[in-house]
Amino acid sequence: MEIKRAAMAGTLESSDAQVTVEPGTDGIELSIESSVINQYGKQIRKVILETLDRLEVSNGKVKVVDKGALDCTLKARVECAVYRSNDMTENLPWGGVIR
Amino acid sequence: MINAVGREIPEEVLAATGKKVFEGAYAYDNYEYKKAAPTVRAMVDPNRSKMVSSIREALEKCGIRDGMVLSFHHHFREGDYVVNMVMEEVHNMGIKDITICASSLGKANDAIVPYIEDGTIVGIQSSGVRGKIGEAISTGKLRDLAIMRSHGGRVRAIETGEVHIDIAFIGAPTCDEYGNCRPNGGKSDCGVLSYAMADAKYADKVVAVTDCLVPFPNVPASISMSDVDYVCVVDEIGNPAKIATGAAKPTTDVRKLMMADYCTQFVIHTPYFKEGFSYQTGVGGASIASTISLGKIMEERGIHMGFGVGGITTPMCDLLERGLIRTIVDTQDFDLGAIESIKKNPNHIEISASEYANPMNKGAYVNRLDFVILAALEVDVNFNCNVVVGSDGMITGAQGGHPDTAAGAKCTIVIAPLLQGRIPAICTNVTTVTTPGETVDVVITDYGIAINPRRQDLIECMKGVNLPFCTIEELRDKAYSIVGEPSPVQFDDRVVGVIESRDGTVLDVVRKIKEFTFDD
Repeated sequence: MEIKRAAMAGTLESSDAQVTVEPGTDGIELSIESSVINQYGKQIRKVILETLDRLEVSNGKVKVVDKGALDCTLKARVECAVYRSNDMTENLPWGGVIR
Repeated sequence: MINAVGREIPEEVLAATGKKVFEGAYAYDNYEYKKAAPTVRAMVDPNRSKMVSSIREALEKCGIRDGMVLSFHHHFREGDYVVNMVMEEVHNMGIKDITICASSLGKANDAIVPYIEDGTIVGIQSSGVRGKIGEAISTGKLRDLAIMRSHGGRVRAIETGEVHIDIAFIGAPTCDEYGNCRPNGGKSDCGVLSYAMADAKYADKVVAVTDCLVPFPNVPASISMSDVDYVCVVDEIGNPAKIATGAAKPTTDVRKLMMADYCTQFVIHTPYFKEGFSYQTGVGGASIASTISLGKIMEERGIHMGFGVGGITTPMCDLLERGLIRTIVDTQDFDLGAIESIKKNPNHIEISASEYANPMNKGAYVNRLDFVILAALEVDVNFNCNVVVGSDGMITGAQGGHPDTAAGAKCTIVIAPLLQGRIPAICTNVTTVTTPGETVDVVITDYGIAINPRRQDLIECMKGVNLPFCTIEELRDKAYSIVGEPSPVQFDDRVVGVIESRDGTVLDVVRKIKEFTFDD
């Protein structure tokens, strides 16, 4: 998928993450801020990149402000932001691209 | 050199401090030593006054100079004004290279951080530090190694002469002009002055700082005139609203209530729960809830507590009032109810920090404890606890009496929720060892209860008890299955702090924090 316009998902509540995506042309430009960066920074990055890869997003700016979200939450927020950037709000491919 | 809790202690730290590595919680039993002694200046002339008009005059008369050790106590907790007041004056006088030896330092003392940065303060010895002082130490701003000691360990260090206090400042809620200090009867009451007692006996100079001068003699005195050189009256020694708050509302957090219930069930199924048992608990929501639920069972079964120790809060005092506790021995009051109790109840007694927890006197209260209920930031699969360094590597807490009570009590119970947000409380290796696992018997989490395999006797007596027992490894695995396995925190090589064991050996070191990088 392509990131067509800026979109956001998630909140800054504890145990959530706010993911913002913007269009780009030169690969994935990822920035991560996290309250648990010291212990989970690498894990968070891995999950975000894997999720983008699964959605076949290869270009764009992705900003994650994490407040200790679990991997499942991170995945859901990334997916939601990418779909919103494509104006997809219904008939999401549950069980397909989204696992 | 690797110590008895498996921590690598750098040779340069041992060389710089002259300390040995930790060899086990009871390695210094029967250790013989000669106590240190202060240099005393006699008061023969009955016409001479001890009154000074300002902190500055007190410092001048005490002969303040570069490199001295100044001591403070923390009974005013987050309402303390004394540390900041004295250090501001020391700074204004241009004095440098001071070491602070405090029973604890909190957020109330954030104001001294600039004095760490400008070299007024170069050393900190405390049971722990919270707030900005912790950040200053963790980011390498303090010149010397910070030394973190338990409450008992601090008295031991003072009495053995490991630290020699040049000037002790004692915040006294009431004081007479000859230096008799009491913790109550003024406008900044703190209940007890237990942590200041060793300072008064072993410092060369002792200054009582009060905001309520009372007629002589102010008795019974917690700190006696026979140990006090000067008395200084100031406007305020603390903020009463922050020294003692109203009793914390009993928790309604179902997770904590469940852990409290597990704790009570565990306690009553041990052989130690019988008439005359002894008990100490902390101030966490689950600890207080377990005191309340234990009280109900004590009443139902007609079992009385012989003595309670602490760190006292209102729920313990309620049990005393209801006749369920014979005596409370007290070193610190956490709320107004506890302060009121010690004022009016003759069975609520002030004790010194040495009597409470000093491992090297001839016997402390902690050695007589049946149960202690503690909390921890992290517990590892060897039952080692960390209560000082946050999972992000920043110094953020205090040993307090944790290692002392754990070593003393017959049954040491640590209550910790398995997860705090994404951070697992049960892990493979704690960031920093602050209480050795050999002294921790049981870990209670919301996902299950693990008994230390060293305590086969407890494992045996819990057979058939309907509680969710499992191994500590199972608890860790459960935590990691939910949040993932944490990476070790990235530290700089520089050591900024030493975690001292009760006996003065090195339990662990704290390194300078490093900004997180993905290392690629």
